[in-house]
Amino acid sequence: MSDTFVIAGRRFKSRLILGTGKYATNDLMVKALEASGTDMVTVAVRRVNLEDRSKESFLDHIDTRKYHLLPNTAGCYTAEDAIRTAMLAREALGTEWIKLEVIGDERTLFPDNDGLLQATRHLVREGFIVLPYFNDDLIVARRLIDAGAAAVMPLAAPIGSGLGIQNFTNLRILRELVTEVPLIVDAGVGTASDATLAMELGVDGILMNTGVAGARDAVAMAEAMNYAVRAGRLAYLAGRIEKKLYATASSPTAGMIE
Amino acid sequence: MVIIVNGETKEVEDSIAVADLIISLGLKPERLAVEVNRAIIRRAAWSSALLAEGDRVEIVNFVGGGEIVMPQL
Repeated sequence: MSDTFVIAGRRFKSRLILGTGKYATNDLMVKALEASGTDMVTVAVRRVNLEDRSKESFLDHIDTRKYHLLPNTAGCYTAEDAIRTAMLAREALGTEWIKLEVIGDERTLFPDNDGLLQATRHLVREGFIVLPYFNDDLIVARRLIDAGAAAVMPLAAPIGSGLGIQNFTNLRILRELVTEVPLIVDAGVGTASDATLAMELGVDGILMNTGVAGARDAVAMAEAMNYAVRAGRLAYLAGRIEKKLYATASSPTAGMIE
Repeated sequence: MVIIVNGETKEVEDSIAVADLIISLGLKPERLAVEVNRAIIRRAAWSSALLAEGDRVEIVNFVGGGEIVMPQL
């Protein structure tokens, strides 16, 4: 079965996108990326640490022939900051790709939709491939698509919460009505079944970080997510049976002994 | 002269070029981006861009990150 995952004309083998934050060690992160089967990872733009040079070489740990780098604007609370961060990321990495976050509230890390739209419009005009993180809201999704977003990435639950999909209805509606660009669940996945359920709904991909990095065994969870995303996708394509209240025998009733 | 690099005050030689500042800070130049007074200085201009007294310089690179929020740039 040919089933390709394409964003802005670029083809990905895996429908799982992994964040590279919060791992106990870089070595653990490298092993988790490998086990997850991902081929796109997110990285954050930060000030160079002028005292502690050990942090300087973070990107040396990531094989950029294997992993497409997706810089993010995590930590930005205004469109202006997010745009500035995206510009710096493009200058440093030579990539137009940006995972756009404009956060509206510190406690929930919910997105600021106004700022997000404003930054999306600006960055698309500047030639960026913009993947915005937003609330699971159809109207915002449509506005982001109109603004030129290359994919839309609704949260399943608050960032880092591990709560799994909180609003199946919104996600199902988004799946039915967002057809122009890939629909990627971003944030809230806590364990493998959360990822499978999202994929079974038909979303095109999942982005996660804490669910893997925060697991007791991050490498094992990365492998579990690898299977979970693929299992959910296959089940979606295979088409589940209808739910019925009563039993239906699966063995033939003809030829029973009497 | 005195400039501000990533929020810290630094004493540097007068009219130092961005490229020389990076060397003097002992940084590897790959995958860095530099802003002076909020304007990005393209890599090709690092040698010719000269800094002035009081300039605010930001030098950024990448750290692990995903769905997380870290301290403000």
